[in-house]
Amino acid sequence: MLAAGEEGIVDSPGMGEFKVHRVRFFNYVPSGIRCVAYNDQSNRLAVSRTDGTVEIYNLSANYFQEKFFSGHESRATEALCWAKGQRLFSAGLNGEIIEYDLQALNIKYAMDAFGGPIWSMAASPSGSQLLVGCEDGSVKLFQVTPEKIQFERNFDRQKSRILSLSWHPSGTHVAAGSIDYISVFDVKSENWLMDSFGDETDFNLLGSAIHKMLVDRQYMGVSKRKCIIWGVAFLSDGTVISVDSAGKVQFWDSATGTLVKNHLIANADVQSIAVSDQEDSFVVGTAEGTVFHFQLVSVTSNSSEKQWVRTKPFQHHTHDVRAVAHSPTALISGGTDTHLVIRPLMEKVEVKNYDAALRKITFPHRRLVSCAKKRQLLLFQFAHHLELWRLGSTVATGKNGDTLPLSKDADHLLHLKAKGPENIICSCISPCGSWIAYSTTSRFFLYRLSHEHDNISLQRVSKMPAFLRSALQILFSEDSTKLFVASNQGSLHVIRLLEGSFKHLHTFQPQSGTVESMCLLAVSPDGNWLAASGTSAGVHVYSVKHLKLHCTVPAYNFPVTALAIAPNTNNLVIAHSDQQVFEYSIPDKQYTEWSRTIQKQGFHHLWLQRDTPITHISFHPKRPMHILLHDAYMFCIIDKSLPLPNDKTLLYNPLPPTNESDVIRRRTAHAFKISKIYKPLLFMELLDERTLVAVERPLDDIIAQLPPPIKKKKFGT
Amino acid sequence: MAALEEEFTLTAVPLGSGPDGPLGVEPSDKTDQFLVTDSGRTVILYKVSDQKPLGSWSVKQGQIITCPAVCNFQTGEFIVVHDNKVLRIWNNEDVNLDKVFKATLSAEVYRIHSIQGTEPLVLFKEGAVRSLEALLEEPQQKIETVISDEEVIKWTKFFMVFRHPVLIFITEKHGNYFAYVQKFNSRILSKYTLVLGQEENSVIQSFSTSVDRKFISLMSLSSDGCVYETLIPIHPSDPEKNQRVVRSLLLKSAVSGNARSGVGLMVLDQDHLAVLGPPLPTSKECLSIWNIKFQTLQTSKELPQGTSGQLWYYGENLFMLHGKFLTVIPYKCEVSSLAGALGKLKHSQDPGTHAIPHFVNWEASQESGLGSQNSEQSKRIKESEKHIEVELRKFLAIKRTPDFHTIIGDTVIGLLERCKTEPSFYPRNSLMQLIQTHVLSYSLCPGLMEIALEKTDVQMLQLCLQQFPDIPESVTCACLKIFLGIGDDSLQETDINMESVSDYANTVQGEKMEEQAEILQNGFNLEEDNCENCAQQLSAKPQAAVEEAALCPVIPKRAALLNAILHSAYSETFLLPHLKGIPAQHITLFLQYLYFLYLKCSENVTMTLPGIHPPTLNQIMDWICLLLDANFTVVVMIPEAKRLLLSLYKFVKSQISICSELNKIEVGFRELQKLNQEKNNRELYSIEVLELF
Repeated sequence: MLAAGEEGIVDSPGMGEFKVHRVRFFNYVPSGIRCVAYNDQSNRLAVSRTDGTVEIYNLSANYFQEKFFSGHESRATEALCWAKGQRLFSAGLNGEIIEYDLQALNIKYAMDAFGGPIWSMAASPSGSQLLVGCEDGSVKLFQVTPEKIQFERNFDRQKSRILSLSWHPSGTHVAAGSIDYISVFDVKSENWLMDSFGDETDFNLLGSAIHKMLVDRQYMGVSKRKCIIWGVAFLSDGTVISVDSAGKVQFWDSATGTLVKNHLIANADVQSIAVSDQEDSFVVGTAEGTVFHFQLVSVTSNSSEKQWVRTKPFQHHTHDVRAVAHSPTALISGGTDTHLVIRPLMEKVEVKNYDAALRKITFPHRRLVSCAKKRQLLLFQFAHHLELWRLGSTVATGKNGDTLPLSKDADHLLHLKAKGPENIICSCISPCGSWIAYSTTSRFFLYRLSHEHDNISLQRVSKMPAFLRSALQILFSEDSTKLFVASNQGSLHVIRLLEGSFKHLHTFQPQSGTVESMCLLAVSPDGNWLAASGTSAGVHVYSVKHLKLHCTVPAYNFPVTALAIAPNTNNLVIAHSDQQVFEYSIPDKQYTEWSRTIQKQGFHHLWLQRDTPITHISFHPKRPMHILLHDAYMFCIIDKSLPLPNDKTLLYNPLPPTNESDVIRRRTAHAFKISKIYKPLLFMELLDERTLVAVERPLDDIIAQLPPPIKKKKFGT
Repeated sequence: MAALEEEFTLTAVPLGSGPDGPLGVEPSDKTDQFLVTDSGRTVILYKVSDQKPLGSWSVKQGQIITCPAVCNFQTGEFIVVHDNKVLRIWNNEDVNLDKVFKATLSAEVYRIHSIQGTEPLVLFKEGAVRSLEALLEEPQQKIETVISDEEVIKWTKFFMVFRHPVLIFITEKHGNYFAYVQKFNSRILSKYTLVLGQEENSVIQSFSTSVDRKFISLMSLSSDGCVYETLIPIHPSDPEKNQRVVRSLLLKSAVSGNARSGVGLMVLDQDHLAVLGPPLPTSKECLSIWNIKFQTLQTSKELPQGTSGQLWYYGENLFMLHGKFLTVIPYKCEVSSLAGALGKLKHSQDPGTHAIPHFVNWEASQESGLGSQNSEQSKRIKESEKHIEVELRKFLAIKRTPDFHTIIGDTVIGLLERCKTEPSFYPRNSLMQLIQTHVLSYSLCPGLMEIALEKTDVQMLQLCLQQFPDIPESVTCACLKIFLGIGDDSLQETDINMESVSDYANTVQGEKMEEQAEILQNGFNLEEDNCENCAQQLSAKPQAAVEEAALCPVIPKRAALLNAILHSAYSETFLLPHLKGIPAQHITLFLQYLYFLYLKCSENVTMTLPGIHPPTLNQIMDWICLLLDANFTVVVMIPEAKRLLLSLYKFVKSQISICSELNKIEVGFRELQKLNQEKNNRELYSIEVLELF
């Protein structure tokens, strides 16, 4: 059988043949997006999901998801905002306001607002105050202090929950959207006067009064039960823009409380609104998945009179657009269909390069799959559980593109439910397949797996030391004798694993003065070197033998997306979010010759234009010149012995070479061997010399698990 | 001032035996080095400043080079074709052409073009074009035939316009010339017929081109010895259509009219032309540099040993055959001054063919138009119109300035003023040309449509409706009245853009359509229709009504005009009052046409009409509603219209029930789709074989 296998594989001048375990049973469904908040100062985007996860995307670094805070079952986030520069706050239905520590990547504190579930939150234009809208109809003002936030006062309580809030850019007034009406408050006023509004608006012209604007419940002649004001935006000229559940975008004059203009844009709810800083354009998202762009344009070509005009509709979503944001150059939207869509505004983009292209981010930019090569096991990480699968096998051989008959199907071995309400942050299975470790925000779990023939048994390793509470990344050494844990606060723990027990060997403390957490780890196959990287500073390389810092790879402008150390040579390969790949020799403490060459020549322009980051790097045990890496849409083997492609050569050639002339062959043979067969690709790893495993997650399978979108009539419209 | 410097000979040995001189001189990727292909078997690389060959390659005995060698600027390799179909690619280091890369193509090559900044192109004799790279991937690929039988490529050139490669080639068939322009950014091939004008019988002997932002200026040297210019737009308004381009005289008697050979032409820069040939029937052949702007001869050089009529110009060198040797004449041109330009005026020997600069005197032509000689008047006006047309063409050929649209607007207003004062003056072609600049609007020239309405110029009205975004509803309605009222006979004579009407309107009257009954029922049973009761009184005739609707009630030309109305923008409130003024039988006719279109729309799933720019279903429905709103009382009074109304009602009703059925079915289908998807998802795990190359 083995001989047949040997015979079937011809070692061509190419990369040779692989048997690929094509796995599509990783039943991963990302959570829907609930809020997005754009920070102008750092050009970062905070995104919260329905499971309470908060992700930070760096828009300057190729839209890389550089940080994340794992979710919590009871912490449904309803509002997200930046305040005081770059401090991030969220509020949710558990009634708490949470501040996130963006350095240590944990929750700084949670504070109960004592107003029931919080539906909305807005930071004042100066960033020094926070306003939250609660279930009981109260609007509460908090002062942002350097360390915490402090309750200041309540605004007058309204009849029903406050679903949306917006500050006037001067910080003097606030508009609050509730059910069936919008209120306008004067922030400075000591006396909170309130008029009674029986029917139509009745105004007290005192500046301190609340103006209340009643919203028509009617929707295309049919009276709905309630009209929910999903979003409000207060402009500096006093206009309040509201979006509501009846599909309307309405413009109000806050001084007189009158309706100025009404756009009926959808047959369903308009759920979100965001205004640009210049107040010349805004974006709204509807439950039908459509995003509309409104712009302030001159009435005639050279008059100064301007009016709001609905300019462009975009349909990049299939489900509710729950959140929108407006960066200076792009419209950002996200919703129930889990995609984050960044749509650059062509008129605002100065250079028409690849950054001007539409981005659709669906998958996390980190690994959710780990693999025990020796036992051919795959560990899948979900929000609240882990799944362990054993790959099947085949005895057949075939040629390129063949699907081989299975002699044994894949087995689902284990479903490990996480304890507690917290989401799993990270997980790992050891290469030998006998250890599983995972971590939530507050607890670290280690399990011992025993394999007896086809049966497995699981035993939890108890009494974890106190310092092992929360891990951002877990890694086992190649021989499964050591466990490396990156905790928040920047420390790295090294633990020796023994039969059923463990021993703490050492803790690498962070460099003095930094508290940045390490999110990526790599260990050399010989177990001597450990590389760790945070989101911004360089990559640190530690000697495990001598338990000290060996060197630091010079910092690079873009965050690291993947790390790996090659066997034998101990070259560290680093992929960055701008799609650059570096190779750094750990023993020599310098970049390798190959790395210098490729930096000098530059990567192929199509390589640099890929829009998903490289999430995993590995090596071929028998071919030291090969580097294997993948992103969500391609898998690539870099053969360092071949010439580098230049911009004129074809980077990706999907067709196999059929009796082509030598000239063509000579022209197209280059170092990057790419396959785009498997996509979206969540994980790819070399199991042995001739076997690969590819974990795919087809988008259709995700959509099939989402709730059905709003049905639109196809005929007779 | 243009000057020719001392000539020198490149080859010490005479070039290959061919009677027609060398095949070509092409630049290589290094300045000062040129590839010379003789018409036999040899390619020589020359360094011009040293006047010596750097390399020479020959094909085997028995083979013959058929296309000049070029250099691939992207790789530095040389490419040549021998025996029409065999492509060879080699390097400077290669010695033997027999051993270099070879590809045999499936069709005969006319030329290989290679210029800086883009990959080489191969033009086949049948007019097809391939990039070299694409060709090499599959040398035996099928090459399509672009030009017709007996059409022969005469000349070709490849150049860059705004970093986009553009290829032009000229073909000839039975004395007619055609220009093909291929743009590679849009992959559009436009075809133009070169109209030779009065010099119908002349043979074009040589071509050359220059390019600016919008036009390819094609110069041609005819057998009458004159140089003509033809402007070919780079961005044609309608690339699909075969367009005609007129040529205008640029230079009179540049060479002797009866010179049969040794005549050539080359554009040097925007003002200068090099002409090869005998200036007088008796004289020796001569290289002359002409200034086009001042119509003067700048300099000339005699070539006593004769020449082949081939001329190449690269950098600052002119290459030509002098006797048996390839000769290089360096050419320098400084900025022309008037004094310098006027310095030499040759050809004084022959007063008949004196090069007269043809300046245009606007005043004179204006006045000539105003002349009151009765018999002469109409002729003069015609001339004046023609003249304006020519001038306009020249004006439109120049670059667009920021105030282009105001200039166009002013021009139109000026022309309209004259139309008013002079009833017989109607520069129709010029006005059409101006409208087609796409910058006019109704408000820029309010009088234009009024005059067109007055003259019942439906073609102009159609064009205005298509181009102007801001036509008032009253004018739209006036157009509609004319379109409905004009007689079929007078319509047949007009030249109307028919692109919005496809063959559906061509249905010959009286021809029956069998599917009609099916369309009406379309999954819906007529018998059950409640409306049948109210239709009882008319039940004798419903089939007739149906048949009526199956045939287009108007001729195709009228349909095209009505489609222009359907496409125009309007506001209901302003349009309705005007619609009331349309006679009842016209309303009926229009309704019949709209009903016909509606039926046609319903014939396919997408609810669209065939054709390039057909009216949409929404436009049709809106107009039906509008017409009925405006004229309901009138329509119900006319029996014919009443019948139409009834069938329309029934049809709409059937459509509504179909839609509701479809919506019901859709839900079912979606469930089926879901089941199907689940079935496909079973394939959750497989082991496959992957080979990376």
